[in-house]
Amino acid sequence: MSRILDTLRYSKDHEWVRIEGEKAYVGITDHAQDELGEIVFVELPPIGERYRKDEEISSIESVKAASPIINPIEGVVLEANEDLDGSPELINEDCYANHIYVLGSFSREEYDSLMDGTEYATYLASL
Amino acid sequence: MIEPLLIEKSVKGRLAYRLPPLDLPETFVRELEPLPAHLRREGSARLPEVSELDVVRHFTRLSKMVHGVDDGMYPLGSCTMKYNPKLGEEVARMAQFTRIHPLQDVSTVQGCLSVIHSLLEDLSAITGMSWGSLQPCAGSHGEYTGLKMIRAYFLKQGDRRRTKVLIPVSAHGTNPASAAVNGFDVVEVASNRKGLVDLADLKSKLSDEVAALMLTNPNTLGLFEEDILEISEAVHEAGALLYYDGANLNAIMGKARPGDMGFDVLHLNLHKTFSTPHGGGGPGSGPVMVNDLLRPFLPKPDIIPQEEGYAFDWDRPDSIGKVSMFWGNFLVYLRAYVYILRMGGEGLRAAAGHAVLNANYLAKKLAPYYEIPYTSGIMHEFVISVKNYKERYGVTAEDFAKALIDEGYHPPTVYFPLIVDEALMIEPTESESPESLDAFIEAMIRIAEKAKRDPASLKKAPVSTPVGRLDQVKAVKDAKVRY
Repeated sequence: MSRILDTLRYSKDHEWVRIEGEKAYVGITDHAQDELGEIVFVELPPIGERYRKDEEISSIESVKAASPIINPIEGVVLEANEDLDGSPELINEDCYANHIYVLGSFSREEYDSLMDGTEYATYLASL
Repeated sequence: MIEPLLIEKSVKGRLAYRLPPLDLPETFVRELEPLPAHLRREGSARLPEVSELDVVRHFTRLSKMVHGVDDGMYPLGSCTMKYNPKLGEEVARMAQFTRIHPLQDVSTVQGCLSVIHSLLEDLSAITGMSWGSLQPCAGSHGEYTGLKMIRAYFLKQGDRRRTKVLIPVSAHGTNPASAAVNGFDVVEVASNRKGLVDLADLKSKLSDEVAALMLTNPNTLGLFEEDILEISEAVHEAGALLYYDGANLNAIMGKARPGDMGFDVLHLNLHKTFSTPHGGGGPGSGPVMVNDLLRPFLPKPDIIPQEEGYAFDWDRPDSIGKVSMFWGNFLVYLRAYVYILRMGGEGLRAAAGHAVLNANYLAKKLAPYYEIPYTSGIMHEFVISVKNYKERYGVTAEDFAKALIDEGYHPPTVYFPLIVDEALMIEPTESESPESLDAFIEAMIRIAEKAKRDPASLKKAPVSTPVGRLDQVKAVKDAKVRY
């Protein structure tokens, strides 16, 4: 059973979003990291670029496959988690403590339309 | 036991042979244009100093640690690891083919030129295309070449809007890679519940910005795209071209032709369908074949029949140019030519039939033990999902694959296509007899029982190999490619 935090919002593509003030932190869910298996590389998005919802923002590579990271809400990339450069396995260790990037000037409306923990659990069970 | 590297066996001064004294005049050597100083080696090359016997034993031991189709079944899905008949090897070793040079005057290599021309004629007939080029040296190289021609075709018409290439989610990873390398943007097309191209999704993504749809048929789930004529019509109506990834031609060879389905360009993997060796990652051969629309854009030179014999035609103004040195991997496609001649039309058709029959026999026999998510119209291969084993017993596709090694098989393709969870993709090819298929089925059943009874034992597999599970993460992150 994969771990789901009630404090986060989730997309259908298995990204999570956490809002702290004016920043939206984005990462991949426990289900996603478990499906991917051991992660060997995380491509970090370029700072300052604006991405729309559902746009492919970067990619993540595991021993099994390379998969796109689908941006869950529109926003401008403020920061990327540089720790993942040398230690991509941090996402396997704790995917919720290790975000991939941070968005600013993000869409609150789109954030509100994401699934909450209960909805995401139901969604996972339906797959 | 792990075999040390040759450099680790090196003993100073040990030699395999001694060169005879130089018998060229010293002045000749001195007159050779000297290399610039920064390119000249200061000391001697650090090569292993070993005897001939050391080398022979080293490679003999290594050869015993591998698994080839000559050892046993090799059901690596999508790779068509069929047996490579030894006749092809024998012909490719004939001095008439090996003791020649590509820069020789064409009048002295007419035999080889006739092989190139006849093979292109045969491949055109088999695929229903009008002509092709044997230059590409791998399937991916063929894809690159095919897309480059598509690009040249639109640029020739002054159409610079078509920047997108549509690719189904089930496609081989090389498709998006080839499109990206050619400067196209990749747009994914969804699969429907049957595992086929979702027509509605395809149609919604077609526009005057789309250059091509790349399609494998049968697709990577081993299913025939039954809507191919409608797909072809929709793509052409939008002004785009249709690209055929020939990776799975083995299933339809001699039965149906991509040209008749409406494809404009395709590549073949001679090392799959036409039985040339896959050989440790190469050399492969990935000819491109085109219809009349794209023929002017083929790599040059073309080969043309003369009154007597053949000549190369370099005067091809719309050609995308050369894509490999000389004429591609000649000795590889020569083997394909031998294969075609030996099999004949009826033989090729029968091979496709047996490949499909073998896959369906395996799928039917394994169905009581393994979940096969897409079953309608299985062709030459099929995909098992061990998701239920993972959920109940914690045993993954990788564990099943490793356990098969201990049973004496090369593992199937794992975790591909991406639309199936915990995928094992099995392609038996036509080479296997009913007896060897039955033995494989028994091995798969034994592993399924083990997964339920003693899942921990599968986690330890393989135990019969010189090394067990390798650290895959370290291999990717911290690769050492030199000593």
